[in-house]
Amino acid sequence: MKTLIRLAVCIAVMIQSQAYSQSGSMVEVKGGEFIPLYGTKTEVPVGDFLMDVYPVTNAEFQQFVESNPRWRKSQVKKLFADDNYLRNWKDDLSLGEGMLPNSPVTNVSWYAAKNYCECQGKRLPTVDEWEYVAMANEKQPDARTEKTYNQFILSWYETPDTYKKTIGNTFKNYWGVYDLHGLVWEWTSDFNSVMIGGESRKDSTGDNNLFCGAAAVGATDLMNYAAFMRYAFRGSMKAQYSVKNLGFRCVQDVEKSEL
Amino acid sequence: MKNSKKTKKGLIVGFFFAALFAGLFSSCEKAVAAKEDPESMKVYGESEAEMTAPPFVPRPVGKRAATKLIVNMEVIEKEMEMSDGVTYVYWTFDGTVPGSFIRTRVGDEIEFHFKNHPDSKLPHNIDLHAVTGPGGGAESSFVAPGHESVFTFKTMNPGLYVYHCATAPVGMHIANGMYGLILVEPEGGLPPVDKEYYVMQGDFYTEGENGERGLQAFSMEKAVNEDADYVVFNGKVGGLTGDNALTAKVGETVRLYVGNGGPNLVSSFHVIGEIFDKVYVEGGAMINENVQTTLIPAGGAAIVEFKVEVPGNLVLVDHSIFRAFNKGALGILKVEGEENPKVFGGKIEEKVYNPGTSVSGVTEEATEGGLSAEMSMAEKMERGKQVYTQNCLACHQATGAGIPNAFPPLASSDYLNKDVHRAIEVVKFGLTGEIQVNGNVYNSAMPKQNISDEDVAAVLTYVYNNWGNNKSEVTQEMVKKVK
Repeated sequence: MKTLIRLAVCIAVMIQSQAYSQSGSMVEVKGGEFIPLYGTKTEVPVGDFLMDVYPVTNAEFQQFVESNPRWRKSQVKKLFADDNYLRNWKDDLSLGEGMLPNSPVTNVSWYAAKNYCECQGKRLPTVDEWEYVAMANEKQPDARTEKTYNQFILSWYETPDTYKKTIGNTFKNYWGVYDLHGLVWEWTSDFNSVMIGGESRKDSTGDNNLFCGAAAVGATDLMNYAAFMRYAFRGSMKAQYSVKNLGFRCVQDVEKSEL
Repeated sequence: MKNSKKTKKGLIVGFFFAALFAGLFSSCEKAVAAKEDPESMKVYGESEAEMTAPPFVPRPVGKRAATKLIVNMEVIEKEMEMSDGVTYVYWTFDGTVPGSFIRTRVGDEIEFHFKNHPDSKLPHNIDLHAVTGPGGGAESSFVAPGHESVFTFKTMNPGLYVYHCATAPVGMHIANGMYGLILVEPEGGLPPVDKEYYVMQGDFYTEGENGERGLQAFSMEKAVNEDADYVVFNGKVGGLTGDNALTAKVGETVRLYVGNGGPNLVSSFHVIGEIFDKVYVEGGAMINENVQTTLIPAGGAAIVEFKVEVPGNLVLVDHSIFRAFNKGALGILKVEGEENPKVFGGKIEEKVYNPGTSVSGVTEEATEGGLSAEMSMAEKMERGKQVYTQNCLACHQATGAGIPNAFPPLASSDYLNKDVHRAIEVVKFGLTGEIQVNGNVYNSAMPKQNISDEDVAAVLTYVYNNWGNNKSEVTQEMVKKVK
């Protein structure tokens, strides 16, 4: 029963927010195979899917919490979001001072992000899906060997306060997706499945990990520092954590959308 | 001093009794052993560690017992100055490079509160080389932005240790400034000294070359190639010079806790004008004496001590010397106080040294032969200018104006215009002693110029036909005659 109500609410929200925002804009990503950072020699298959063109914005998330009181910061269960959840917001429904409606929403937990996507009939991307799309630059689907590609990403990691920028600020990549690099980190559904522990130098001990980013042993591209940092970041996360530089976007399976 | 005597006495008495009653009190031996094993050292009370930004260090532990020590540390990513007009986004422990100095004693139980500021882009952790345990605490301390992790450890080995961030990619975290020192003092503390300072070297890799202005990004490529743009003490060029210079007074004993964060370069640490009376080699228990330069590996440290006997500026350098002169690895320890001529007399005399031979020998030979063909006036002027630039300009200046009170002017010079032969003599053989030029007295020395007669003729012709002089032409013949 409860689930049904929730679903109804979600659908209502979905209709509302679709009308309101850009969240409707998705682009299709043609699947393929690639070797992610943690892979050894085996390619990982990625299916076709649709991805949000932009990260979810403050305004969009505002709509979401209006319709879903349980995700308001005063009501959210501690199990699902820590004290940093929507920390910069003035109150349950209004953005904090200086926050722009069109900036990516941050300080959201994995649970909140996941539910947001579900309410839209979407889901969070997997690490592999996210990395697959994010290895593109403007021209190529896989630009990981380009010096400029790496340099761009490294330099945003080093630039403070990029979460305050508005969406669409960075380049449109090969797939037509914006802002994968340059504004905020993004949640993925299985963010913690590739472990980078705190200890970055330990040899891979056979678990599936990069426990050790410099698990130089377990990684394919030692020069892709940007990717190391993403995996390290994900490794430091727990699902209830909310972080100032961490937002999200949703994806959708192609079949579903064609229904 | 008194105290240590007492302790000695106490010890002797203790041993005496121990020896006497060894059979009866077998537990006595155990008690002594227990005292030496840090693991079983009892801790008394609880306190918060004093943390200091470089170049300062917290108060010595002295004779305090082992305790539970709360250490609070925060990771802050922020833009700071690397050099004049050059900035860099540093990743720091407590907002400084190197991070705060942590001072403990052996047997302390450390409760480490490790926080990552919410504004941070990245997760971080800390690997303390003073920790006995996995990753030096790296795994246990791994913390996301806006979060805190708490871990504990016991200080088992006295010494000076590096701590650093070990999050992937570890090299980049260190290259951005994430290192510092933790001192574990032995029981009873290190011997007291007058001044203690905290100095740490690090190498930096920027997209722009050394000195290129503006905010500089980290260059992964240069870091991998170990091609540093900056090698500095305490996080930036000038981190220990000018207003940041260290100070001491004559007669004081100075102890430097010197670390090297790397990430790549090994330091040839040297203090120009001092000899280290003591070096705690690699920060450990072994003491070497009378050391000029001590090697500090990346991720290593040393304690150096020296008494400063005379006033002046002592210069801290990485004696891999281009780093000091071109990349910033320079610091100053300013020593104030009375001169001490017994130790250092200073310069007592300066005079001309003229062995009368030429090292190259070439020009001497050239003058032995006959005259070469006399140059035309135009040729002399051109050649003369070259000779002037190479041999005379440094002192007499490009305009012939000289330098007041040091080098007499050649422009509108009464001394020159009065006597050409004397001028030739000066160039050929040098001149020492007092002369008067245009009403001013000069008393210095001009060395003999090792140039051919032809060149003497040319340069003097050039000088006489410039800057308001009397336009004399000097020939090889005239030069040859002057002996």
